[in-house]
Amino acid sequence: MAWLLALLQTLLFIASAPLLAGWLKKVKCRLQNRRAPSLFQPYRDLRKLWRKEPIVAHPASWIFKAAPYIVLSTTVLAASIVPLIAVNLPTAKIADVVVLIGFFALGRFFLALAGMDIGTAFGGMGSSREMTVSALAEPAMLMAVFTLAMSASTTNLSVAMNYVLHTGLVLRPSFVFAMLGMMLVAVAETGRIPVDNPTTHLELTMIHEAMILEYSGRYLGMIEWASQIKLMLYGVLIVNIFFPWGIAQNFSLQALGFGALALTLKLAALTVVLGLSEVLFAKMRIFRVQEFLSFAYLLSLLGMLSHIILEVRH
Amino acid sequence: MAITELSHYQQAILLLASLIVLMSFLMLGQSRLLRLVFIFAVQGILLAITTALAADVLDSPHLYISALLTLTLKGIFIPIMLQRLILNMGLHRDMETLPNPARVMMGGTGLVVFSYYVCLPIVKLSPLITLNTIAISMAVVLLGMLLMITRRQAVAHVVGFMSIENGLFFAAVVSTYGMPMVVELGIAFDVLVAAVLFGVFFFHIRSSIDSLDVDQLNRLNEVEK
Amino acid sequence: MALFFAYLSVVAALASGLAALAVDKSPGLGRFAHLLLRRWPKLQVRAAGVFSEAHYAEFHRNSLFVLLGISGVSAVLAGGGALFGGAVTTDTLPLGLPWLNWHIRFDALSGFFYLLIGLVLIAVSLYGPGYVREFEHGRHPLSVLGLFTGLFVAGMELVLLADDTFFFVIAWELMSVSSYFLVAFQHEHASNRRAAFLYLLMAVIGAMAIILAFGVLAGFSGGLTFDHYRTVKLTPVWASVAFVLALFGFGMKAGLVPLHAWLPEAHPVAPSHISALMSGVMLKVAVYGFIRFTFDLLDQVLWQWGGLVLVIGAASTLLGVLYAMMQHDIKRLLAYHSVENIGIIFIGLGLSLIYISEGQQQLGALALVAALLHSLNHALFKSLLFLGAGTIIHQTHEQNIEHLGGLIHRMPKLAVVFLIGTLSIAALPPFNGFVSEWLTFQAALQASGIGGGVLRSMVPTSASVLALAGALTATCFVKLYGVVFLGLPRTRRAATCHESVHRGMLAGPAWLAGLCVLLGVFPTPMIESLNVVTGQLLGVTLPGASALGWLWLTPVAPEVASYSASLVLVGILLTGWVCYQLLYRRGGLEARRADPWDCGFGGLNARMQYTATAFSMPIRRIFEPVFDVEETIEEKKSGPGNFQNTGLHYQLRVSDLAWPYLYAPVARVVTWLSRWVSRIQTGNIRTYIAYSFFTLLILLWGIS
Repeated sequence: MAWLLALLQTLLFIASAPLLAGWLKKVKCRLQNRRAPSLFQPYRDLRKLWRKEPIVAHPASWIFKAAPYIVLSTTVLAASIVPLIAVNLPTAKIADVVVLIGFFALGRFFLALAGMDIGTAFGGMGSSREMTVSALAEPAMLMAVFTLAMSASTTNLSVAMNYVLHTGLVLRPSFVFAMLGMMLVAVAETGRIPVDNPTTHLELTMIHEAMILEYSGRYLGMIEWASQIKLMLYGVLIVNIFFPWGIAQNFSLQALGFGALALTLKLAALTVVLGLSEVLFAKMRIFRVQEFLSFAYLLSLLGMLSHIILEVRH
Repeated sequence: MAITELSHYQQAILLLASLIVLMSFLMLGQSRLLRLVFIFAVQGILLAITTALAADVLDSPHLYISALLTLTLKGIFIPIMLQRLILNMGLHRDMETLPNPARVMMGGTGLVVFSYYVCLPIVKLSPLITLNTIAISMAVVLLGMLLMITRRQAVAHVVGFMSIENGLFFAAVVSTYGMPMVVELGIAFDVLVAAVLFGVFFFHIRSSIDSLDVDQLNRLNEVEK
Repeated sequence: MALFFAYLSVVAALASGLAALAVDKSPGLGRFAHLLLRRWPKLQVRAAGVFSEAHYAEFHRNSLFVLLGISGVSAVLAGGGALFGGAVTTDTLPLGLPWLNWHIRFDALSGFFYLLIGLVLIAVSLYGPGYVREFEHGRHPLSVLGLFTGLFVAGMELVLLADDTFFFVIAWELMSVSSYFLVAFQHEHASNRRAAFLYLLMAVIGAMAIILAFGVLAGFSGGLTFDHYRTVKLTPVWASVAFVLALFGFGMKAGLVPLHAWLPEAHPVAPSHISALMSGVMLKVAVYGFIRFTFDLLDQVLWQWGGLVLVIGAASTLLGVLYAMMQHDIKRLLAYHSVENIGIIFIGLGLSLIYISEGQQQLGALALVAALLHSLNHALFKSLLFLGAGTIIHQTHEQNIEHLGGLIHRMPKLAVVFLIGTLSIAALPPFNGFVSEWLTFQAALQASGIGGGVLRSMVPTSASVLALAGALTATCFVKLYGVVFLGLPRTRRAATCHESVHRGMLAGPAWLAGLCVLLGVFPTPMIESLNVVTGQLLGVTLPGASALGWLWLTPVAPEVASYSASLVLVGILLTGWVCYQLLYRRGGLEARRADPWDCGFGGLNARMQYTATAFSMPIRRIFEPVFDVEETIEEKKSGPGNFQNTGLHYQLRVSDLAWPYLYAPVARVVTWLSRWVSRIQTGNIRTYIAYSFFTLLILLWGIS
């Protein structure tokens, strides 16, 4: 029964990811005084891509064709681990936060290989930059995870959220810093402004888009969907770990419905914040990204230090 | 005490303490002077709020007056004075990038760990709830000194000096129920006079050696080379 | 029983070495076999066929590696027996000094490393016959290669068996010296000779430090056997002296920064299957020596030691991977990655020492299990990568990755096997490298159990260094795999090579790849068997490791952290299959081939691809203080006013900072000291007679 519920939650997760992308587009357009497309436009885009004929370059090998499947599978599996509406689901035991980072790393590895598979300069450049940015983001992410794990004494996401719910509203400095660090890392990992521009058409300014330049048709659809799920994943992680109130702790229909409503409101608010930062800031040049990510690491490190100095019994 | 056992006011003090240390780190990495002074002003305002909360937690009403004094002096008056000074001397267009930001930041983190290590025996002795923050206040003092060491601009030196005083004030508030009022007023006016005097000196230095770069101060020596 | 297999393994390795000497004795052997098999004419005919000129070379080559394979299989059996039986067997051999026979001890720790050696030996023995063929017609005799390979393997296994100082040091030196001859095998190039000399020099210095470390223990215990050492109690000062000497000696052999300079010079120079043995196995024998010394022979552990090992391990990890990113010789790149992985193992050992010194025995066991598991995993995937690199070099005769490309179309099966090795070393789920890194992270996360705040903040910082290094490893292997196997071929040799004809050259790496997948998907049985090792060394085990069954891994407790690699694999495959069915099988269009996107300009060729230097350029610029970079650009200009660029020459040299800052000053000091001392040698015969005269005077005065 619980496994069925976990499966339904995963399906809900991956089905609502394009909706989040549509809402983000609406927020950005309103802020820029433009008229936004409908909230369901990303679904139409995905359906168009799935129907189109994919074009594959001559030098491509089986890795090029297998990479979108691997990327989508790892992202869906990651989505099944993160508690969306309810905690205490059995899928949360399969992997913890460190394994979650490993899933993203696996997907990114194959995508970077696929970028190099065609043998053009764009793919290689995109792969090189993407792997560099993610390498610099890893210590910050891990330090934020550590800070969380030192307070909650676990890396299992479900148990961690239960801990935060159980202790009530506590103003932890370590959590504030870890949340800020995680937000900066999320911006870098999902390829949003100010690290990368997801809507640019200039190849020399691309990081993520240059890797997937050669993809078309259903392959591109899978990769687009996977990046939307990844954005939602980071949003759900930030929102549910640091503000878990409202999430369902039992499986009654009322609790689940309330959990869904709470999550929608929290995610919508976080997306407004993301939209504001995308509109207010300009994209940084690639060698400024290291300062950005060192700042994220500094924040997470300060969070860990303030946990040790301020929050524990001596 | 573990943080879950404290009241919300006490948790807020701890949170503001960590934000004050974050302001010190941000000051270390700033390349423009106006932003540096702005962050210093924010640090002063946070310090005033912390003092007000501490007045509530520690039940000592004269800390409210200290908070007000800190807010007017450190949060409003001195930053405005420094900002006018910068604009008058045309320094707001100077940029000074740190040559090794990573090393300076790592050094800063090391200073935080060091001050924690040094203050550990004191923290273990005292029954006061907010005493964990004494390590934070020592860290702010040390970071202010690091700011003075790593900067070439003289105005940044003044800001570093002021933030040292911020750290000392913070330490006094959390560890000893605040300083006696007379000492408090004396120190506050000393800082104010120091700021005024710095402003006068800057004009003199600049007219002598035509720059405010402290590395150039050795041009002032009288020995013939 | 396990000890019998251990002995058999050593004997088989020695036999392989001795048999190598018979490389061109085919006439003599043929006559001998003819004489021996007089009574069985059919066998006589077969023997004549085998020992004939045409077939003898192949038979001899195969027999060498069959003997090595027997050695490997019996090593696996011995190790398995010791791990699953859990018994400690001791023995004494009537060799060695008259009053100090060679003591032998075969417990779970030795058994685990025996298992490691055996698994890699099986792969090397499958790989060897095909690879070694090209050396037969070369300038160097195969007998030398075979003899020293056998001695090398025997030396490593004897180190694992040794239970007294004398035997240990003899076996250690046997291992070092025979590997020197292997490294110097292709000695016609001056750079190879230099690399071999550096290797021998550092091996000797390391061995001296180890002897001194044992000497400290022997001085206080009054005996030379390890059993004597286990019972002696040292003061903290002397224990620290012994520990630092042991760390220096074993660390130099293992390749810890800053004592690693020999690794990237020696490993690329040796033949590839020897590089696999050296990098995969010999470094682990050094780790074994360190574990045996610190955890078994020393009685108590100080937290400062753990902190020192943790810092050195973290530095090795980060610096190893950063230097690896700048290399373009496949084998040098893999050698620097060995430095990195040894750093990861030592991070685990450092954590274990910290926890044990704080009294947290169970957390110490967890960290030790993580370090041991990473040793095994590294042996498997590093040997796999070296054997694969050997095949690439064998088929294309190119060692520089900038001259390769597109090999996935020419060598598809090797590409799959190499991909598995790459995924394992990049620590990606669900392969084995990820399991040991995950365990190291879990061990580091339990740092809340430590009392001191400074240590408690140092542990997460080293863990974040480990995370950075792990992500940089993934970057480096995207570069390696992408430049070598993917894209377009950059030279004619890369475009015309083909898969190796000899099936063994694929079977050896494939065996290791299968083990990587197996250990990655089902890690729990291996961890349960590692419990036996920690039980014998530390006295505690991890009771909850398989609390939820053998599909799950819960190192500390189920609610703290859990990982089910098999469910992860099933999930990925299931989701991939569902997507494939829904998107392709039900109405999806077939993919069409076309030219890649060229912005409308056309004329893309292989030289326009991203090169490996370009791929690692962002890392080089971001981490510039760590490297010693020399970049020169020469432009040839012509035309009136020198405005036209007719040629551009770009040269980049990135080298290790340890050379100018550590090794060159030490070399200068040693040269200066020796020049100062050499003033005694004046060349004047009267001075020499004067030396003897004054010595005689002093002795006479001393006697009276």
